[in-house]
Amino acid sequence: MKKPQIAADTRPWRDPGAKPFVRIRNVTKTFGDVYAVDDLSLDIYKGELFCLLGGSGSGKSTLLRMMAGFETVTSGSIEIDGQDMATVPPYERPVNMMFQSYALFPHMTVENNIAYGLKRGGMPKGEIADRVAELLKLTRLENFARRKPHQLSGGQRQRVALARALARRPKLLLLDEPLGALDKKLREETQYELVKIQESLGVTFVVVTHDQEEAMSLATRIGVMRDGKIAQIGEPQEIYEFPNSRFVADFIGSVNIFEGVVTEDEDDHIRIASSEAGCDIYVGHGVDCAPEQILWYAIRPEKMVLTREKPEADANVTHGLVQDVAYLGDMSVFRIMLDSGKRIHVTQTNSTRYDLEAISWDEKVYISWASDAGAVLVS
Amino acid sequence: MSSLAEPPRRVWTFIAERLGRWGINGRVAVLLAPTLWLVVFFVLPLLVVFKIALSAFAMGRPPYLPMFEWGADESLSITLHFSNFLFLLRDTLYVNAYVNSVRIAAISTVMALLIAFPMAWYIARSDEKYRNLLLMLVILPFWTSFLLRVYAWMGFLGRNGVINNVLMSLGIIDQPLTMLQTEGAVFVGIVYTYLPFMVLPLYTTLVKLDQNLIEASSDLGAKPFTTFWTIILPLSMPGIIAGSMLVFIPAIGEFVIPALLGGAETLMIGRVLWDEFFSNRDWPVASAVAIVMLVILLVPILLLNHAQNAVVEKDA
Repeated sequence: MKKPQIAADTRPWRDPGAKPFVRIRNVTKTFGDVYAVDDLSLDIYKGELFCLLGGSGSGKSTLLRMMAGFETVTSGSIEIDGQDMATVPPYERPVNMMFQSYALFPHMTVENNIAYGLKRGGMPKGEIADRVAELLKLTRLENFARRKPHQLSGGQRQRVALARALARRPKLLLLDEPLGALDKKLREETQYELVKIQESLGVTFVVVTHDQEEAMSLATRIGVMRDGKIAQIGEPQEIYEFPNSRFVADFIGSVNIFEGVVTEDEDDHIRIASSEAGCDIYVGHGVDCAPEQILWYAIRPEKMVLTREKPEADANVTHGLVQDVAYLGDMSVFRIMLDSGKRIHVTQTNSTRYDLEAISWDEKVYISWASDAGAVLVS
Repeated sequence: MSSLAEPPRRVWTFIAERLGRWGINGRVAVLLAPTLWLVVFFVLPLLVVFKIALSAFAMGRPPYLPMFEWGADESLSITLHFSNFLFLLRDTLYVNAYVNSVRIAAISTVMALLIAFPMAWYIARSDEKYRNLLLMLVILPFWTSFLLRVYAWMGFLGRNGVINNVLMSLGIIDQPLTMLQTEGAVFVGIVYTYLPFMVLPLYTTLVKLDQNLIEASSDLGAKPFTTFWTIILPLSMPGIIAGSMLVFIPAIGEFVIPALLGGAETLMIGRVLWDEFFSNRDWPVASAVAIVMLVILLVPILLLNHAQNAVVEKDA
């Protein structure tokens, strides 16, 4: 499989000798007889912006809270910067957290919220004032220093929470759904700001989110969580283009999945007979599988091509009826019912402004794709 | 056109229209009811008490001289006697009683706060399904007569009471301890009686306290005690102030508890008031005692109110 090649020094996880900054080893957390986190191991490297992505109840928040020290591990160990955290209370960890609800102290001004951690660290008064001013500038809150949290907008509160969490120069910053409470426009703005701050300060960020778009645009790496376990770890592109299971393929973005049986298993290609797809699927690389094995082919909507004429090929071409077209501006989403009865999504970029020949609903179309367009999944 | 007949005019509509002519609409009426209640049952009686306090004592029925008198020449003479108030200042008995009352009420309030805070904290932090049960247990003593509970304490604290008997039979003491008819017994009685009034408002504020704030404080390097001092305490001030008022105000005028549990030296204003009114039948002085007590109560209420506002403004 081809993967994007980028210099290894900016991606320490690609270097097998690199020393992880956060080392999570076989961590299990149970609440009663519920396994919130189940025998999970994970390495996070210095300077990373690592996203824990998962649905509600996937255990991502519990994992974050264990790193912060608000929950104890039932078994296993968490090491931060080479130090075992088992007996270290939250107030002694080199870690700060930005809460989903922001948890700003309602009885204190913005200034005092930010200074709170610094005062606890016993910093001299003058230095505290300097550091607070610096953080107010960083988060563009200079004019709001003396306001109380309830006098701020959602976006401003979010920035206060960030400034407060950064004040003590933590080695590791934990962010629980940092953009969850913001509206869409503000979220996009803040997203880039967060990355900018992270890059300029070089702090290691661990972000918990349920929003895959947020994870994709923020993260250096994503850990997809399900049922207290890591389903897949990888760079955003890896997770999107090379999912390792139907769950991950389906969780990230939208995808069409065809079930099929292996009919040809060669070193340089395999062929899958799929009645769901209504055609043979030819995969242009070897796959670790056996003849007659049932597996799944996952292909993204934008990787398929729609034509009225039948393309010349003995595989990767199927036929269906356009049931619905959603025009989104930059692209159109086609809902197509294949002859097999399976419904799929295909997206096409609207590269011309006004296309008289555009495929429309109730049209019969051929759907085709390249031999390396999709991922073969065995689970 | 609607074929339905015009509905009959309701009686209420008729009344509302009539009242409306006098300028009484729904909004005014809603405010009028409690205002009338306050005037009839609070303001007028208070004025009567004030009037009696400014009258002179007399043997007779009523036991004071009239304030307004019509002279023979049909002139109205008003006689005000401030001597009752001066008398309170001059006689150390009254000053002592006031000081004592304030002192005992204040100490009781602090003790009740110290006991109630952990209780309220525990209830607020316990599992939601047990909270109502625990609150019920706090209120449960109210289901028994107040007087009965104070008598029960006499049974506990007395010379031959439960506590002395147990300690003696265990051989911890040889002589029974004198607990009843001491100031300590008064504290026990007041704190015990008014504890629920402290627990409930504290619980209401603590249950609303966001757990995340405590975690955030800890996350920012605050040890548990610092978190308590800088976050929990300031944010529970409304509950502390409300609870303190609910304990302090009734405690200061408490009569039954010091009378039954306290000794001769535990002089509180409630008892002085009782003695003036029933034993001496000196209604003017008794009224003056009551008025001064009201003023004394207003001072802490205003102070606490001010404190409450200050807490909101203050930055930790």
